Amino acid sequence: MRRLLISVLSTVSWAALAVQPDERLADPALEARAREISREIRCVVCQSENIDDSNAPLARDLRLLVRERLADGDSNEAVIDYLVARYGDYVLLKPRLKMNTIMLWVAPLFVAAAAAAGALLALRGAKNRNLPAPALTEEERDALKRLD
Amino acid sequence: MKRLVFLIPVLAFAVMAIWFAQGLDRDPRYIPSMLINQPAPEFSLQPIDGRDEAFASRDLKGEVSMVNIFGSWCASCEIEHPVLMSIAGEGVAPIYGLDWKDRPGAGAQWLMARGDPYAKIGDDAEGRVAIDFGVTGAPETFVVDKEGRVRHKHVGPISEDDWRNVLKPMIEDLKSAPPSY
Repeated sequence: MRRLLISVLSTVSWAALAVQPDERLADPALEARAREISREIRCVVCQSENIDDSNAPLARDLRLLVRERLADGDSNEAVIDYLVARYGDYVLLKPRLKMNTIMLWVAPLFVAAAAAAGALLALRGAKNRNLPAPALTEEERDALKRLD
Repeated sequence: MKRLVFLIPVLAFAVMAIWFAQGLDRDPRYIPSMLINQPAPEFSLQPIDGRDEAFASRDLKGEVSMVNIFGSWCASCEIEHPVLMSIAGEGVAPIYGLDWKDRPGAGAQWLMARGDPYAKIGDDAEGRVAIDFGVTGAPETFVVDKEGRVRHKHVGPISEDDWRNVLKPMIEDLKSAPPSY
């Protein structure tokens, strides 16, 4: 059992954590909330990383700030609002649904609806093309006969 | 009419191509500041080594000024420094310095070797005031009006051109504007 554990632990590659031991909070519940918030906050230096993953000094400062505010009794929302007040919506990796972000949220629906409408029209067109041709009228049949 | 339907994807492509092409010219480092037209954050810092006077938010009231975030560790600040010296020489508006996350004494030493363009300097060793300003990197410069409101944020080193064409005209406008309270 122990050997199995050791072999598993030594073969699985563990993601290197940016969060340093000295940053962590003693209270595991608070620390878990800090991690949860950190994953939602963009590192403003490296931009496509969250502050939980980033090794940038500013990301560390923001991680410490998040923990400090949690330790002071702030709710998760309050901590996030505090950062948004300073860095704007930009700091959120998942943008909030607001007037100026509405396009971001509805555009995919809009595109999907347009694609569905297009597909429907195309299908209907195909169906129409496959209909049997209307029967010839009396005059047409006469005209056809005259050709023979 | 039916024929024109086939133009829709072409038009959509053209619109998107123009839209995305414009995006190529944007600077991804530029994050719009939340502070524009808002009062500068409240703070009171310690002076850096060799300076008696520190820099606090009350210094920003009463006159148009600039707040420059710098650090001895910051390579672009080195590039910006001569421009700041010449701006300080012109005496259009005071430049206040925020020595961001520097080791004790390092900022003072850096300025000793290069010259000191700052009216007052605050030692932001922990970087908390910089976060309150929404700073994402050094150097960054804020233009603050007479009432202590932030009016403009400049990201990256100020070039001669930036100063002559953007910052200086803006500061002169703000200086001649009547107080709005």
